[in-house]
Amino acid sequence: MMSTRSRWILAISALVIIPAFFMPIWSITLKAPQYPDGIGMHIWMDQLTGHERHDIQNINILNHYVGMAEIHEEDFWEFDVMPYIFGVLVALGLLAALGGRRWMLWTWVTLFILLAIGGLADFYYWGYQYGHDLDPRAAIKVPDMTYQPPLIGSKTLLNITAYSWPYWGAAFIGASLLGGLGALGYEYRQRLQSLYERLFSSKSSNQEVEA
Amino acid sequence: MFSNSSNYLKIGVGVLAAALVALFITGCPAQQAALDDREAAQKVYKAPGEHDDLYAFLSGGYDGQVSVWGLPTARFLKQIPVFSQHPETGYGYSEETKALLESTHGFIPWDDTHHPHLSRTDGVADGRWMFVNANNTPRIARIDLTDFETKETIEIPHTAGNHGSSFVTENTEYVVGATRFSVPTPNRDVPIDQYENEFQGTITFLTVDEETGEMDLAFQILAPPFNYDLARPGHGVSHGWAFFTSYNTEMAHTMLEVGASQADKDFIVAVNWKRAEELIEEGHGEVVSAEYYHNKMDPGTGIAVSETKDSVLLLDPADTEGMIYFLPTPKSPHGVDVSPDGEYIAAGGKLATVIPVHSFSNMLAAIENEDFDEIIDGIPVLNYESVIHAEIEDPGLGPLHTEYDGQGYAYTSAYISSEIVKWSLDTFEVVDRIPSYYSIGHLMIPGGDTRSPYGQYMISMNKTTRDRHLPTGPKQNHTAQLYDISGDRMEMILDFVTIGEPHYAQAIEASIITENVKNIYDLAENTHPRMIPSSRQARVEREGENVHVYMTSIRSHFTPDNIEGIRVGDKVHFHVTNVEQDWDMVHGIGIMGATNAEILVPPGKTKTLVWEPRSEGIFPFYCTAFCSALHQEMQGYVRVSAADADVDLLYYTGDRPTE
Ligand SMILES: [Cu+2]
Repeated sequence: MMSTRSRWILAISALVIIPAFFMPIWSITLKAPQYPDGIGMHIWMDQLTGHERHDIQNINILNHYVGMAEIHEEDFWEFDVMPYIFGVLVALGLLAALGGRRWMLWTWVTLFILLAIGGLADFYYWGYQYGHDLDPRAAIKVPDMTYQPPLIGSKTLLNITAYSWPYWGAAFIGASLLGGLGALGYEYRQRLQSLYERLFSSKSSNQEVEA
Repeated sequence: MFSNSSNYLKIGVGVLAAALVALFITGCPAQQAALDDREAAQKVYKAPGEHDDLYAFLSGGYDGQVSVWGLPTARFLKQIPVFSQHPETGYGYSEETKALLESTHGFIPWDDTHHPHLSRTDGVADGRWMFVNANNTPRIARIDLTDFETKETIEIPHTAGNHGSSFVTENTEYVVGATRFSVPTPNRDVPIDQYENEFQGTITFLTVDEETGEMDLAFQILAPPFNYDLARPGHGVSHGWAFFTSYNTEMAHTMLEVGASQADKDFIVAVNWKRAEELIEEGHGEVVSAEYYHNKMDPGTGIAVSETKDSVLLLDPADTEGMIYFLPTPKSPHGVDVSPDGEYIAAGGKLATVIPVHSFSNMLAAIENEDFDEIIDGIPVLNYESVIHAEIEDPGLGPLHTEYDGQGYAYTSAYISSEIVKWSLDTFEVVDRIPSYYSIGHLMIPGGDTRSPYGQYMISMNKTTRDRHLPTGPKQNHTAQLYDISGDRMEMILDFVTIGEPHYAQAIEASIITENVKNIYDLAENTHPRMIPSSRQARVEREGENVHVYMTSIRSHFTPDNIEGIRVGDKVHFHVTNVEQDWDMVHGIGIMGATNAEILVPPGKTKTLVWEPRSEGIFPFYCTAFCSALHQEMQGYVRVSAADADVDLLYYTGDRPTE
């Protein structure tokens, strides 16, 4: 059985996901000479919005010259399933806290990490497609040029610098996962303690010998 | 003939003598304290990309428009077409805007804009609307300052030369007008020498809707057949009154140059409009027939529609006690300018040797005491000595117009001596003077005609340019000069060239306007009946000889861009919706052989250009705005066939539809 404290940590961690339903998870910004303040979009669990109301339309207009596909919210199956995935994650977390078995905690954390990797991989794959699948009849063709936006960070593509960064929703999701890992750590704190001592006390005694 | 030319000679000598006298009085311009060039440059410098502190609006005079500038740099920002067609944007050419130029005289492509005036709340400019008058065919226009576009024009009946306009009252209750030329009311066929008996002047009050800004002709006041010149509603203590200058109280109808310059004093007309409201409430006034146009743009469709009205409420001073008075004022006064507190009314007596300053409280006392010299056509003439507060000595020659800095000083332009004199509202003496180049008309201090002047700057609007800038031929554009008035001495800090002939101007702190200014027109709010929200609805429909093209523009193509089946004799209506929703992403359309103009369509708007092809052939059209890297590709073709040809209507962008 898990300790009461870890069960509480797990329950709270599961609940920490909830704010992420109500705010963007990711933000992509494009800056160009004509757009010094940038135009961009927010990715939510269930929708896509412009930083400003018409930004997505304007991104589509800018990108069509190089043959990039138009971005339309309804083309993403992810927005249909993501709320359920995170909903299930919250529910499972709470159940695991109730059940109080260590394997449940393990399962939750593992599932979470797999989903996070899967999500980022899916995001990367979309970005790859978006940047590489170019209309062969595009007006502007630059040899060997592709337009994949960065997964995280910034990247300059012709006249546009693209920035891709997690947004507040991702912070809550990340905090939730960290909480789960924290609960695991708390469960195994004695083993961790002895591991720590073995690693560091042996090191310090070696140093003493050398001195 | 001979007597006329000797009159000219006398006037010529007189002006020359006046100029010489001016030189003696004012001293040589070189004695003016000169500001270090570098200091002056710093005062008007804004780094690239940095915004100005104020918007300034200068009337365009005979170009019929209003131009917008930034201060203190005098960067030119925009020209707003108002009473003149503007081929650059299609204003007055597009089907949506034509109605704004309609009048009882028909469609008028030109007028003369004089006095822009910002709407006010509590006697201070509120940045919502700009009113401006048409001097030639009497009208007033309203410009919306969320998009700097003209939204309304209204014709003023019983008026000829709406010069004393378009000044607004303390809370924009009214915008006023006054006729420069007296004419028979109602206008009719009479011998001109029946002027004194058959002609009348009128003063007009139009209400302004608090929410929409829409004007409505409230009432007119009949007045003797003088010329009425400028106007200012009172504010502060004089709120509820409006003042108008008159000249030609001699009632000359020919050679006014001499005939209207004989009397020592003409009149300032003081109208108690709150009293007028009471009188109307009590049933005074007569509804008389008067045809006039009222043209309004619908905010949803963006289409201006004309409405004709047929009557106006006319008040006769003979039957309306306590509403209107004359204040004797030397001599052919132009400006009638109310101090920030509303107490003083400075007159610019063009031909006077002093600046007469009336006191509002003196005026009320004189009315109370019935201190009248005479009564003209039912209008009591107050005793000059009773109402005058001060006569500013040594005011320069040809004082025209006064504004205030809110620090206790007034500034009066003097046309003949080409200078500005600064005088104290405490001592009523001239404290400083500075030249203008050349022949200043009006001047403008930001907020200098309001209850709370911004001060800091002053602009002179000059009537001749001569050698001030690189020459551009015998007709040159007018100069304006910017002065720093924040110190004890006025300092000229910039000289710039304007557009048209600015007669008057307004300025306002930029932030009041930038808060509300639009970046785009919301496509979702566009209710134009021929608007299409996306290229999927693009189509061409024939209704007899009228062919309607429902077209979209977006970077960088029109939909449709190939049109066939048009016949000679058709009237082709290009209804272009710019479906962009990005700031400043404007598309236009120009069609080969179109005899009107291009139209520019701002993002989110629908505009219509009518084209009547006269011959068979292929007619290209293209986007006239450099909208994108592929702007030069933004084009299309119309195939025009013979009037009796049997070519089916066909339209597409991309693949040609197969039958
Ligand atoms: Cu274009």
